Amino acid sequence: MNSLIKLENAGVFKSSKWLVRGVSLEIYNGQIVTLIGPNGSGKTTTAKMVLNIYNTDEGLITNNANKIAYVPQKINIDWTLPLRVIDFMKITSLIDNSKILESLTLTGVEKLLYHEVRDLSGGEFQRVLIARAIAKKPDLLVLDEPVQGVDFNGEIALYKLIKNISDTLNCGILLISHDIHFVMSATDHVICLNGHICCSGTPSSVAKDPAYIKLFGEYTSSTLSLYEHHHDHSHQHDGSISE
Amino acid sequence: MLDDFFIRALIAGIGVAIVAGPLGCLVIWRRLSYFGDTLSHSALLGITLAYSFSINISLSVFLISGIVAIILINLQKRTKLPGDALLGLLAHSTLAIGLVIIGFLSFIRFDLMGLLFGDILAVNIEDIFVIWLGGLSILGILFIIWKSLFAATVSYDLAAAEGMKPDRSNLIFTLLLAGVIAISIKMVGVLLITGLLLIPAAMARNISNNPQQMIILSILGGILSVVIGLFCSLEFNTASGPTIIVVALAFFILSLFPLKKSTSLQK
Repeated sequence: MNSLIKLENAGVFKSSKWLVRGVSLEIYNGQIVTLIGPNGSGKTTTAKMVLNIYNTDEGLITNNANKIAYVPQKINIDWTLPLRVIDFMKITSLIDNSKILESLTLTGVEKLLYHEVRDLSGGEFQRVLIARAIAKKPDLLVLDEPVQGVDFNGEIALYKLIKNISDTLNCGILLISHDIHFVMSATDHVICLNGHICCSGTPSSVAKDPAYIKLFGEYTSSTLSLYEHHHDHSHQHDGSISE
Repeated sequence: MLDDFFIRALIAGIGVAIVAGPLGCLVIWRRLSYFGDTLSHSALLGITLAYSFSINISLSVFLISGIVAIILINLQKRTKLPGDALLGLLAHSTLAIGLVIIGFLSFIRFDLMGLLFGDILAVNIEDIFVIWLGGLSILGILFIIWKSLFAATVSYDLAAAEGMKPDRSNLIFTLLLAGVIAISIKMVGVLLITGLLLIPAAMARNISNNPQQMIILSILGGILSVVIGLFCSLEFNTASGPTIIVVALAFFILSLFPLKKSTSLQK
């Protein structure tokens, strides 16, 4: 099986420094790959290399994905642009109204269809962004902190939804997330970044990696092992919710 | 009292308003009003060059505005100066160079007021052809790149990530902007072109809630401003450009109050 996207030793050089370098990763259909790391560690930069928003200054990218959907970390829509949710859903591809409604329902914001985008709250807009990406039925879905600003219950439901999408659409997902529980329970491959790849592998192997413990400290590492203990005894799909 | 020159001005003006509508909306959405100003200031240089080498004014203005636009895009990538400083630098230096060249061309009689503020008497059959053919080509190209351009207006990153090639359509859009300035320079003049782009679009923003609606209303507002403005200009013997802009401003002020309330109640 061919990978959807393959980065080999890729890096971006901007404003006289390397934002990130030496990144190698591969994403296959049905797989969730997560990027974790502190602020400024190059997570978004790596996502933007995958998406071809940034040109790489070294390394190689092979892209086999036909349809890519992206949930960016932030997006500023100028208030002078009168844009309803229904218009926003169609900006990069023509999608039937029924499918638009379907995916807005999945993220719980179907009532906002005719609202102006600039009147939405941060969390509502985030749900619209996710719905737009899902409605495209992509091969490769890139999510950059998709649940920021979403309320606690919504966060859990949305992570569940993301896991679900990866199963039903069989698309590859690249996720940037700070939710260590979701990362460790529901994702297939974790890459820990700090300007370069510190460590990577399955969630459990990364959690034990000294580089990971050094970067995130004892606290997360112990929460993690605690969590993992729980995970060992529960079913796969419950992972993201827990307790 | 309708004269031939007046009919010509009406046909030309309506053509300009139709093209200015959608481009004006994009200029507002993308916060490019100063960019439009810079391109139109540089148009004066284009006009003087047209006189110097006796070539078509619209063609020469399009070339100069286009070159200035490309210089600007490259300067933005290369220097650390903020965008507005670069725009001011280019706007005023091209305007100054244009005025200096006018000084050297003492053998030609310039109607400076006409260049700066537009002159309906100056519109001839050739201008009407330039406006309508140029305008239709601009709208045609805009239609082709619309999807990509609009996606890039909403979010560059989204457009780039999802394969919409935003860089290409941004560049084409800039050239279209130079094009609309080139075809409307005789009608409204160097100093007021941005006004004709912006004011009907700003009026439309007040009374619309989706992009298509805003474009249509801005075209209609532009046409009404041109028609009423030209009649007033004839009646009161005022310069055509400023009169059109004043009428557009009146529509904008009207759009601020009662209409907004009634449309929001309907929804």
